[in-house]
Amino acid sequence: MILTPYFYAQAIKLALGQIWANRRRSILTSLGIIVGVASTTAVIAALTGLKASVLQEFESFGANRIFVFPSRPDNVPRNKVPWDKMRIKPWEVRELQAGCPSLRAITPVTEIGVTVLSADRELEGISVVGIWPDWHETENRRVIEGRQFSQIDEDRERQVCLLNEAAVDALRLPDDGVESHILIGGRRFLVVGLVETIQSRMFGMGADTGEVFIPFSMAVKLQPPEYFLRVAALARNAEVSEEAQIEIQRTMRRIRGIQPGDPDTFRVEAIDRYIEQFKTMATGITAVAAGIVGISLLVGGIGIMNIMLVSVSERTREIGLRKAVGATPAAILMQFLLEAVVLCLFGGLIGVLCGKLTAIGLTFIPGAPLKHADVPMWAVGVSFAFSAAVGVAFGFFPALKASRLDPIEALRHE
Amino acid sequence: MIRIKGLRKVYRVGEEQIHALRGLDLQIGSNEMVAVMGVSGSGKSTLMNIIGCLDRPSAGSYELDSKSVAKMTANQLALVRNEKVGFVFQSFELLARQTALENVELPLIYSLERGLTSAERRRRALEALDRVRLTDRVTHRPNQLSGGQRQRVAIARAILNRPAILMADEPTGNLDSVTSHEIMEIFRKLHQDGQTVLIVTHENDIAAYCQRVVRLKDGQILSDLSIAEDTAGRAVR
Ligand SMILES: Nc1ncnc2c1ncn2[C@@H]1O[C@H](COP(=O)(O)OP(=O)(O)OP(=O)(O)O)[C@@H](O)[C@H]1O
Ligand SMILES: [Mg+2]
Repeated sequence: MILTPYFYAQAIKLALGQIWANRRRSILTSLGIIVGVASTTAVIAALTGLKASVLQEFESFGANRIFVFPSRPDNVPRNKVPWDKMRIKPWEVRELQAGCPSLRAITPVTEIGVTVLSADRELEGISVVGIWPDWHETENRRVIEGRQFSQIDEDRERQVCLLNEAAVDALRLPDDGVESHILIGGRRFLVVGLVETIQSRMFGMGADTGEVFIPFSMAVKLQPPEYFLRVAALARNAEVSEEAQIEIQRTMRRIRGIQPGDPDTFRVEAIDRYIEQFKTMATGITAVAAGIVGISLLVGGIGIMNIMLVSVSERTREIGLRKAVGATPAAILMQFLLEAVVLCLFGGLIGVLCGKLTAIGLTFIPGAPLKHADVPMWAVGVSFAFSAAVGVAFGFFPALKASRLDPIEALRHE
Repeated sequence: MIRIKGLRKVYRVGEEQIHALRGLDLQIGSNEMVAVMGVSGSGKSTLMNIIGCLDRPSAGSYELDSKSVAKMTANQLALVRNEKVGFVFQSFELLARQTALENVELPLIYSLERGLTSAERRRRALEALDRVRLTDRVTHRPNQLSGGQRQRVAIARAILNRPAILMADEPTGNLDSVTSHEIMEIFRKLHQDGQTVLIVTHENDIAAYCQRVVRLKDGQILSDLSIAEDTAGRAVR
């Protein structure tokens, strides 16, 4: 059966006319679809925004950063691999520094639990971190005042320290604190620099956490034996990040004498792995949102089917007349199917607009990492595709009913 | 034009069989204007529906424009209705939300004629409205028109595709007598222009516009006379 372009144009015009003539009913009917589409697009917009913020954060954090931690291999009993075998030792870090050409910078990082004293303040629970001068590069944190750590500080085990602003405030040091003296673990340290604070909402490091940094060689002295240390490193660029990780793994296995086939007693991690994990999580949430939408679209579809059945019975005489002037069953079927699809697309359109508005609203929430919330084009496309599919699926039965009406009986209908 | 032989129509209502038409023969030539009369239930509408290809006979043969209709598929029948038949109903059957012009254009939606421009469609609809003398109300909706005007829109719609036969089942049944005569004048004019017309009516003065009167009784033809013979016959009775 052939239908002309003019037929399609008129059928769509008629469908729009029907929706307009029954405005209120149309909106109520497509409420299920409106809500479904609006909530998904809003969730997708929020996720998109969150993803953009998180990735940006990772970027600013340094996508080329690599960490090495002590780690007990899976499925190996505790007593087989004692702590001392896993623990990273300073000489191992020096081996890594020498044996990994793809690294730009590397530093051990160790946190020690000691009290910090100034002239009129005693602080507990403040973190004192031992670092090499390379730390400035691996963390991309420079000094605002004073100077950075130098290799001489490290080599000579100088009693110097760097503070962040929160620590300066907490210790009530004069001015920016540089040139003051504080007591760390009972030893007198000179404050040589004020280190910049990195704002990271997501990783729990804020301007309000006090930080004190001392040369690593000095930190070792203040530590009990068998202390914990991790390694932070920076690959030369993003391209060699993978290579750098492999170099680290090989070097570690070599210096620890791990036999081929035996598991690693350490763990190498890179930021991009976290990015992958986050992306997987975001995809998961999107899938769940899509599932919820599927259900609400189903409910919406039943509403559409109901209203289309009402429409068919209200317009029985009209259907009879259309058949009398030459409409084939296929033409009537197509006309009602199009009407259901147009109604669903209308619901989808309102839903997308609501989702878009919600997305705009989200960007104004203070403090939330949703500055970049927006409904992506693919979500708009998918919303319309789903709406149309619901129209076809749930409009088919009423349309079939209309197409099968007997013209004479339809015209006799009251 | 129309050639009917041994036409039967049986309705089944539960166990019961209703014989609406019982072996009816009828021939209508080109450019005739025929009235179909008979008491209620005599089978007039049933016959009209079959001639208008809205329904199919239970038995017998029916040729329209020398094509056999009895064995056509639903799609073929729809095409015949669209191109060859113009139907006018007692209750007008206009679409309430469409203008007079849009109502007249309706059959073109289902026409298989391709490449018609909207100007051409408009021109045809206006021409049909002109033929029923309703050119000053084309943008009005049915509820803004009188009964007579509505029926004229319906007639314009029926003649839009220049059908082989124009059929009307009690077209004046819902109209007062003055308006009825106006409508019949239009049918007469169309007939004079060459249109074949078939009209069901209960009124003799409506039938008087035709040249031939076919009277039905119990699904069979009671008489088939010229208007003069029919009028004379009535006078005798
Ligand atoms: N769909 C149907 N189902 C069952 N019986 C029907 C049906 N349509 C018509 N009939 C019967 O067929 C017979 C003829 O009906 P038809 O409608 O053709 O009469 P009519 O001459 O048009 O009457 P009227 O002048 O009242 O319109 C009647 O007995 C009627 O009851
Ligand atoms: Mg009748």
